[in-house]
Amino acid sequence: MIDRRLLEHFDWVLFGLTLVLGGIGILTLYSAATANVDIVGVKGPVYLKQCYWLAIGTGVMILLALFSYRWLNRLALPIYLVSIGLLVAVLFVGKEVSGSQRWLIVGPVSFQPSELVKISLVIMLARYFSENVSEEGFSLMELWKPLIWALIPFALIVKQPDLGTSLIVLLIAGTVTIFVKIERRSLLCLTGAGIVGSVVAWFFLKGYQKQRILAFLDPHGDPLGAGYHIIQSKIAVGSGLLFGKGFLKGTQNALSFLPEQHTDFIFSVLAEEWGFLGAAVVISLYVLLVIWGLSVAVRSKEPFGTILAVGLTSMIFWQAFINLAMAVALLPVVGVPLPLISYGGSSMLVTMGAIGILLNISMRRFLFKE
Amino acid sequence: MDRYLHTVDSDWYRQRAAGALICILAAFLILLVRLYYLQIVEGHEFRRQSQNNCVRLQGIPPPRGLIFDRNGVLLVENRPSFNVSIVPREAKNPNRVVHKLAELLHIAPETLFPRLAEVRGARSFRPVLLRRDVSRDVVAIIEAHKLDLPGIVITVEPTRHYLEGKRASHLLGYLGEISSEELKSGCFPDNRIGDFIGKFGVEKAYEPYFHGKQGEQQIEVNAIGQLTRVLKTDEAISGKNIYLTLDIGLQRKAEALLAGMVGTAVAMDPSNGHILAMASSPAFDPNVFVEGMTHESWNDLASNEFRPMENKTIQGQYPPASTYKIVTAIAGLEEGVITEHTRIFCPGYYRYGDRTFRCWKRGGHGFMNVTDALAQSCDVFFYQVGEKLGVDRLAIHAKACGLGLPTGVDLDKEAKGLVPTSGWKLIRMGVPWQGGETLSVAIGQGFDLVTPIQMLSLISAVANGGIRYKPLVIRRIESSDGSLVKKQVPMPLGRLSASEKTLQIIKKSLMDAVNKPTGTGWIARIAGVDVAGKTGTAQVVTMAEDDDDKEKSVESMRLRHRDHAWFIAFAPAEEPRVAVAVLIEHGGHGSRAAGPVAREMIKTYLGDLRIDD
Repeated sequence: MIDRRLLEHFDWVLFGLTLVLGGIGILTLYSAATANVDIVGVKGPVYLKQCYWLAIGTGVMILLALFSYRWLNRLALPIYLVSIGLLVAVLFVGKEVSGSQRWLIVGPVSFQPSELVKISLVIMLARYFSENVSEEGFSLMELWKPLIWALIPFALIVKQPDLGTSLIVLLIAGTVTIFVKIERRSLLCLTGAGIVGSVVAWFFLKGYQKQRILAFLDPHGDPLGAGYHIIQSKIAVGSGLLFGKGFLKGTQNALSFLPEQHTDFIFSVLAEEWGFLGAAVVISLYVLLVIWGLSVAVRSKEPFGTILAVGLTSMIFWQAFINLAMAVALLPVVGVPLPLISYGGSSMLVTMGAIGILLNISMRRFLFKE
Repeated sequence: MDRYLHTVDSDWYRQRAAGALICILAAFLILLVRLYYLQIVEGHEFRRQSQNNCVRLQGIPPPRGLIFDRNGVLLVENRPSFNVSIVPREAKNPNRVVHKLAELLHIAPETLFPRLAEVRGARSFRPVLLRRDVSRDVVAIIEAHKLDLPGIVITVEPTRHYLEGKRASHLLGYLGEISSEELKSGCFPDNRIGDFIGKFGVEKAYEPYFHGKQGEQQIEVNAIGQLTRVLKTDEAISGKNIYLTLDIGLQRKAEALLAGMVGTAVAMDPSNGHILAMASSPAFDPNVFVEGMTHESWNDLASNEFRPMENKTIQGQYPPASTYKIVTAIAGLEEGVITEHTRIFCPGYYRYGDRTFRCWKRGGHGFMNVTDALAQSCDVFFYQVGEKLGVDRLAIHAKACGLGLPTGVDLDKEAKGLVPTSGWKLIRMGVPWQGGETLSVAIGQGFDLVTPIQMLSLISAVANGGIRYKPLVIRRIESSDGSLVKKQVPMPLGRLSASEKTLQIIKKSLMDAVNKPTGTGWIARIAGVDVAGKTGTAQVVTMAEDDDDKEKSVESMRLRHRDHAWFIAFAPAEEPRVAVAVLIEHGGHGSRAAGPVAREMIKTYLGDLRIDD
């Protein structure tokens, strides 16, 4: 099965970038966790667990690079249905953590199906769009199927409730759709519907979700609640100055002023300890990762590969962008992990799985010719 | 599939990807610029704030809205109180600091906040309240030992102060700490644990107006948690001020008159439903609730046999006794059972079946028409009117008079009283109505139950020509800068089921009751003012047919066997400006116990008015 040509074309840059970011994550978690050994719900040192996740993730990444990604085209529907099935299951038998039901527990393993559904939706969309793509762009009539495929997981994740992930699902679907081109008229219609939808949705948001958005708009409205997180994150990031306070020397983190410092606000810890230079390096690594993903897309010689790569890249892009923007108080705190750096198995495995598929597409760019 | 591969070539994708690339670069550029701004431009300010993490955010509690009487006399204000709190993280060892504090103040450490162990992580930077409203001496001790008490902070908070103590306490109400159920209910989105909210009276009914908007202060503190600099302040917004309908002068008078008695006296402006006075005796001091009361003093209040916590005006349910004859008279006249000329002979008793129903006047009243019967409160006359009406027809008129239903006054816990019907009894007790029971009901005994405010509303309607107004306790609501938020307008609820002519007859009768020596309300007459009123003497113990308790003097009866005394009245009869209802529990005869209270209240109120003119 493994062709010598495949090994020759293995994408070492993408592979290396992934491991470097994962390594930075472990270092940062080490700092975040030494300050705070009693992070709720995590037994044992967080950074050690993250090491295991990175190792397992690397395995998943390589595994997903081995077989031809064209199988994904054929298996798109079953994969999609299974992940939707898991999302439904989580509503009934999921474990509730601080008010939302996101986790599915199988034996010793717990994971979030909402992470998996991001990939399965991308595969589904890539298949549909690659079969129907044209230079004129898609009209509304052609878009109703993808719209439904995206809205089903969106609704299920909103129900958990997990605002951040559900928005990511919509953003990914939207990015892929715009990439394959959509008629101007249809785009306007969908945008209009989206605006109306979000106004209506406001009335259905849970109290804490509304509060987070309001706190972002006016951090001083509820200083001791949601606004506090934003202010503390700004202080942490800002106090890093050019060179940072140094590894393990972050005070905001050490005194546990930062909420969720191992997941949502991991970047604040990093920016405080490594300063503007360190933060800029990390951001550059993400830029490189995303651009590399895009180049994989362009270099692929067939539409399915291209669109699939675009979808997976957009997933990484949006998560990274939203998380970073949140940490520097440009966006509300919606609870989106930073890919490869934030603590968490599901996020790690799914991100590395996505990169595995990107490696897959990259390796096979010469196999499929027009 | 090949067809599609040819429709779009890879150059097309390259173009699309180029567009995406620009968006991506722009997005990350924004992040970098933002980082540059936070870390390089503003960085030194943030670095300074992060040292010792000296920046704290603290809420500024909003001052609660004030309460004034109808003429602008301040009744309830806020005074500063000193609260002692501890910031666990700054205390290093909170338990030792708390023990040290207790030692300095000579109090048991257990009386201070005991749940420090639960406070961890970032929350440990928030002050935990130890003691509310400490004296200036305590503040001085703590200030003097500041260095021994790391993490101890003293905050100043507005605290409710009821200027006249017990005065009008049932109307004003009191505050209490918000309970966890109330927090969960979602009705108090702006409140947090430890906040005080209205729990009773006007304080509760108008809570959303009284409650302002929390302010916020960004401050810098030093290593032992003392404030060194205020970085930013968003002022709290005060709650709304409320002007009551209450006339504090009349309220004082009413409470003075009730002193030593158990009961209630309430006055209304019949032309609009404004409550001018609402006294319920005994009363409580609402200041105690915010100062923090001990378990014992709460138990004393709650278990006191005279029920000081109860607003007897709206919560007390009593047999209306002879005051109910107004309703029976209206029903009789309107249903055509009697006319103003119908004369009935009262020999002092009335035989119904094999039972004898007695008149309060042993010797009998002789021939009576409706006016005389009301004025002299002849039982026999109304036994017969009731018998002809039947209980269900009587009930229709009682309900039209507003009985059996809450008046809708904006106060909590209003009772609705009871207007019995034959159907009610069958369902409630499973036995049919007995004809004799109608006779008792017709003179306001038996199953009848009313609240004093219902009787006030009824007598006001008689006074103003038949309109029942919702009793109003507030006139207007203003914001703290004096601009009008809400003006309360009179709210008619309905009309009495009495024609103009019937009302004239009733009014005439009620005037005779007070102004003719034979009337039962003679004691309430005021020289120069036409007072109209009706007495009532509600039996607490059922009168046995040959019980001669009645012959004994009231004073010799055991207190709890004494009758409740009623007096409802309005004045001046032609152009009524005030209506009153007085109920004295176990006061004995209506005229003797309640009459003078009503008279003095009317005198006071009309006297005040004369001065105003």
